[in-house]
Amino acid sequence: MDKIFRVNMTDLTTKIEEVPAAWAGLGGRGLTSTIVAAEVPPTCHALSPENKLVFAPGLLTGTAAANSGRLSAGAKSPLTGGIKESNAGGTAAQMLAKLGIKAIIIEGAPKTGAWYNLAVSANGVTINEEKELLGLGNFAVIDAVETRLGKKTGVLTIGPAGELKMTAANISVKDPDSKIRSHGRGGLGAVMGSKQIKFISIDSEGAKAVTIADPEKFKTAARAFSKALLDHPVSGEGLPTYGTNVLVNILNEAGGLPTKNFTVGQFEGHDKISGETMHDTIVARGGKPKHGCHAGCIIQCSQVYHDKEGKYVTSGFEYETIWGLGADCCIDNLDDIARADNLMDDIGIDSIETAVMFGVAMEAGILKWGDSKEMLRLLTDEIAKGTALGRVLGGGAASVGRTYGVTRVPVVKNQGIPAYDPRSVKGIGITYATSTMGADHTSGYTIATNILNVGGYVDPLKKDGQVELSRNLQIATAAVDSTGMCIFVAFPALDIPECLPALIDMINARFGIALTGDDVNNLGKYILKTEREFNQKAGLTNVHDRLPDFFKTEPVAPHNAVWDFTDEEIDEFWNF
Amino acid sequence: MQITLKLFATFRNGRFKVAEQELAEGCDVRQVVLSLGLTEEEIGIVMLNGRHGELDSKLSHGDTLSLFPLVGGG
Repeated sequence: MDKIFRVNMTDLTTKIEEVPAAWAGLGGRGLTSTIVAAEVPPTCHALSPENKLVFAPGLLTGTAAANSGRLSAGAKSPLTGGIKESNAGGTAAQMLAKLGIKAIIIEGAPKTGAWYNLAVSANGVTINEEKELLGLGNFAVIDAVETRLGKKTGVLTIGPAGELKMTAANISVKDPDSKIRSHGRGGLGAVMGSKQIKFISIDSEGAKAVTIADPEKFKTAARAFSKALLDHPVSGEGLPTYGTNVLVNILNEAGGLPTKNFTVGQFEGHDKISGETMHDTIVARGGKPKHGCHAGCIIQCSQVYHDKEGKYVTSGFEYETIWGLGADCCIDNLDDIARADNLMDDIGIDSIETAVMFGVAMEAGILKWGDSKEMLRLLTDEIAKGTALGRVLGGGAASVGRTYGVTRVPVVKNQGIPAYDPRSVKGIGITYATSTMGADHTSGYTIATNILNVGGYVDPLKKDGQVELSRNLQIATAAVDSTGMCIFVAFPALDIPECLPALIDMINARFGIALTGDDVNNLGKYILKTEREFNQKAGLTNVHDRLPDFFKTEPVAPHNAVWDFTDEEIDEFWNF
Repeated sequence: MQITLKLFATFRNGRFKVAEQELAEGCDVRQVVLSLGLTEEEIGIVMLNGRHGELDSKLSHGDTLSLFPLVGGG
């Protein structure tokens, strides 16, 4: 039976607990948010011992279900001040699930300045003092842990940004190639740093596959599910060929590609940083145009990007990172953006928050528009070293805006707005405004329906239907984030009728239960309401469900669109 | 009349990125699609001057028409 592993960093004790009945049907985001809401005082300082860092694999993680290897991390966010769930691929989720670990809860904080590592195995967790790897980047940590404990060891680690408790710090997860995936958003790396944990190793030696209550039913459903993923043109062909970065040219054409710190909706250098150009560059240099972030991924939207000499630069090179450093900072050099992506992985800092931050930093005059060389220097010489300027930059977009008196600061609840202009793609503006996570495109990806003609079509420039679209997607996404599934299963789920029932059948076959579509919908609603209640108790009200004023007052070219939702219209979101 | 035609993703294979096209008056998007050797089913997104268009949308002199297969990301 699955267990809860609890680690107390104040008295340096660990224990293994039974799973409370109320948590039995939960996994991933549903579980991390439930635990955070139940056990963390909402008004606590996110870097205080009262906060807790929770890791939970999804309900289907560790099974043979395609694309089910995502790990959720949750805590109170030092960036938004609200609840946070951030999920990532890599190898850790499947290892934890196979070890029968429902969740790891890390609480308290050491009373001395000592740092530690945690070693997780079937027998529980041990806490060990760590001296040797402090200050190192994530790539070096992963190498060192593999040397110490073996190549198969799973690793969750923080870089210098997490050790320095920067609010843009992330948690890195070792991927199948010993490279990096990230729990990117919300500053969870700073929470791990506040517990003075440099890394967590996972030994899944002797772990078996998770038990399936009805193996035949599971196999049939898993086959139907995989077929839907491969049959849909987005998950079956577009994503594996061009990666998520195929969106640069599409958003540019639609006038929704935020450029020069959200002052224009199109970027002159778009083709140089596009998915099409990236694909051709990767192929010409002997990289990998398709690659999975975890075992069992059949979409393969990741890739391995090489430099001109054919040497590894980065992998998991995402649209949002490329857009942010590219169009938003007016940089049209894909090699420099790739180099920055590698540095951000190594430093352990969110590539979306940092990219949006650089746009604000350019607006502030800290560096010139398009100056990719200075951007690389700021990453290595200031942020990685934690200089005074580096700490301001490592605090994210809002931190730089406050410090330098910039008024055009694209954030909601302090978190940087990603990759899609909410004036010319209005549905995503509702998601940014109302998400319990702060500005987050993944929490209700209306781009599918506003731009990509997936799941129908809602005109991106009109207000009609956007609140309902965002609400439906946010409810569905909260449920999907609990399964351990990659969010891209939503593309086939929106268009192919067999896809969602197959997903529900897999959950039922795994646990021997009988969930219906309504149950899954209700799970999504429960998660959103639980998260919102935590946020409200933490002091975030509907007044925080707003976009910055400049979106209302500054029309964005080429459509000269403005953000024109009234407060009452936005608040309609929560009527469910 | 003349339009600017932009192709993206797999549509560029063996074709072009962007080209000026001379068309007969009253031509619609479908006729352009078929003239490229593409089928209606292959078309994911039609953008006409930065707005979503249809296969039936009529083209006018000076328009920019962009054609994408069904792709996505995020």
